[in-house]
Amino acid sequence: MEAHTPHVKPMSEAAPTKPAPQLEEVVGPSAIGGGWKRFIDLLILIAVNDFKKTYFGTALGYIWSLARPLMLFAVLLFVFTKIFRVGSDVAYYPVLLLFNIVMISFFQEATQTSVVSVVGQESVVRKTHFPRLVIPLATVITCLFNFGTNMVAVVIFIIAYGVPVTKTWLLFPVVVIALFIFTLGISMLLSSLYVRYRDIGIIWGVVVTALFYGTPVLYPLSIVPPEYINWILANPLTPIFEQARHWVIDPGAPGAVAAAGGWLHLVPAFVIYIVVCVLGVWVFNREAPRIAEEL
Amino acid sequence: MEPTRTIEKTPAEKEAARIGSGPVVVEVRGVDKIFRIPDNRVDSIKERAVHPFRRNSYRELKALNDISFDVHQGEFFGIVGLNGSGKSTLLKILGSIYRADGGRIRTAGRIAPFIELGVGFNPEMTAHENIVLNAVMMGLSRQDAQSRVRAAIDFAGLDDFAELKLKNYSSGMLVRLAFSVMVQAEADIMLIDEVLAVGDASFQQKCEDVFHDMRSAGKTIVLVTHDMNAVEKFCHRAMMIHNGKMSIIGSPGEVSDWYLRANFREEDERPGFHAGASEEGDDAHVVEGWLEDMDGTRIANVEQGQQFRMNLVVEAIREIEKPLFSFIASDQVGLHVFSFNKRLSESPELPDSMAPGERVQVSVPVENLLQPGHYYVSARGFRNENINEMNMQMLRVIDFVVFGTETGPGVVSLTGEVEVSRPGAGD
Repeated sequence: MEAHTPHVKPMSEAAPTKPAPQLEEVVGPSAIGGGWKRFIDLLILIAVNDFKKTYFGTALGYIWSLARPLMLFAVLLFVFTKIFRVGSDVAYYPVLLLFNIVMISFFQEATQTSVVSVVGQESVVRKTHFPRLVIPLATVITCLFNFGTNMVAVVIFIIAYGVPVTKTWLLFPVVVIALFIFTLGISMLLSSLYVRYRDIGIIWGVVVTALFYGTPVLYPLSIVPPEYINWILANPLTPIFEQARHWVIDPGAPGAVAAAGGWLHLVPAFVIYIVVCVLGVWVFNREAPRIAEEL
Repeated sequence: MEPTRTIEKTPAEKEAARIGSGPVVVEVRGVDKIFRIPDNRVDSIKERAVHPFRRNSYRELKALNDISFDVHQGEFFGIVGLNGSGKSTLLKILGSIYRADGGRIRTAGRIAPFIELGVGFNPEMTAHENIVLNAVMMGLSRQDAQSRVRAAIDFAGLDDFAELKLKNYSSGMLVRLAFSVMVQAEADIMLIDEVLAVGDASFQQKCEDVFHDMRSAGKTIVLVTHDMNAVEKFCHRAMMIHNGKMSIIGSPGEVSDWYLRANFREEDERPGFHAGASEEGDDAHVVEGWLEDMDGTRIANVEQGQQFRMNLVVEAIREIEKPLFSFIASDQVGLHVFSFNKRLSESPELPDSMAPGERVQVSVPVENLLQPGHYYVSARGFRNENINEMNMQMLRVIDFVVFGTETGPGVVSLTGEVEVSRPGAGD
């Protein structure tokens, strides 16, 4: 091997001397740190790569991502139309059930993946200057992609079942945005707390199951006994699901406000929604600078 | 001993002076960092619930204490220190991975930290995708990253494998890829932490070449390292951190001398004496052994060229007639370097024999011509001043390091004027 001569080429004298560089304060790691452009570039790359991994990583990528909600749907449809007969009185029950399952699956998948996401990206957090918020946000966005592709199948199913296409379908994105923000708020809260309190992961597994039954996914709000209705209504997911049903599946079904029996009954859900989101942002921001040290 | 250095400024020193008068691109002022180490880490909510009022007790570790320095544009700046001195923490603060607890840092231009090669590589993705992701992490825009993929792959010599998933790469290929992404990232200020310590010899050579190129190209580089060779070879200036404080900042030569000294001074707490077990049937054993400098201070290691004194205390187990003691120093490979003998009868104030339990201290000044390295001293004892009647043998009772930078072939360095003349032409 030829030895490299330890001789240093002198810098070209002709090189124009740049103006004195501007010094800028280094503020350290944070949720967004490093500039918006970089934040968005990283977010897109990571979300797209995750998405590609899901869909092209296995031979039947798309099929698998659909299989889970579809199988759950088949089982639940059988149980709730043939055994409990809850669904017999509900218009378009099978499509409603499928629609609801796909929505709640997004919420479950996104939050449960997010909980461990920051810890899972340990090496990146500890060894590069990485805007922390990208991690849970990319996770939720990847799940949103999944949700979108699943929704394509659901729409086909809805139309095939004979549900009339209405103008209110155009309002569906409003519901998705509300669901997305809530999911992200929870994901931020959980992923930052999980760094310090590892049992968050287990607790959330239980909470997510409780929310599955505590949200009108399997049943319409109308059959909930009056003494429990306030509990269900306090769940921020309830108005989201009710409104989605009203707009997409069955315009005859009451919207969120009507189903709750007036605006006033939705106040607790609304307050919880806001509190969770604000808390998520606040806690994540507070923890972000220290995450590399706490890991 | 003063290493021979030319008084006149070398080109390297002139260059360092020129850079030192250029604009400052990293300005660090009074930076502190405190790590809180929980004595009893409460990691679960259950523990919180069971002991809600138990305050977490923390031990505070001051990892960095009032660090201030400047790095100029185009400077290759070394940060050295012992393990745990805080040098990597400092690098992480510069790279926005940790937040400083005090002081302030200002920088100019894009900074990219390289704490480890291939951080964030995803084995499920192709080399191409990983290069883009990694380059964006280092601060390039997506478009820039895309446009440099080709160059990165060429540099790593992985043309045929660009679309191969990283999980199918060998570890050598991974290292090459990671390094070439680092080169392509072209940040204005690169923070590099011991990246050189990986790879085979030819890869290390390539790294060195790249360092030389970056240095010549006028890149600003902050290098954290243990390797004094690298410091002397690349750095314009260096700084040493010791226990979180700055101990010296100056030319690479000064800093590496200081580092080597501190490195081996630190080990003073470590006894250089190993009592070991005396052989069954030995009549005597060494109960203590140490080195001291000419002022009588005990030392564990010796600087190259520094005179020292070797001391051993020998205790008789049984009565020994006319004892003779011998000390042999050998180097790491076991080659005997020097030895000393002492007959007790040579000291008129001591009796010719030793009674059981009696101790004598043997002490000898050593003219230190040893090359830097690790040395061991073994002790032997004989009765009746007869080397055929060995009654004590203790191997490696003392070990010490001679440290310094003037290494060369051979075990000792002797001085001598070398003359050249034509044979027969002299008279």
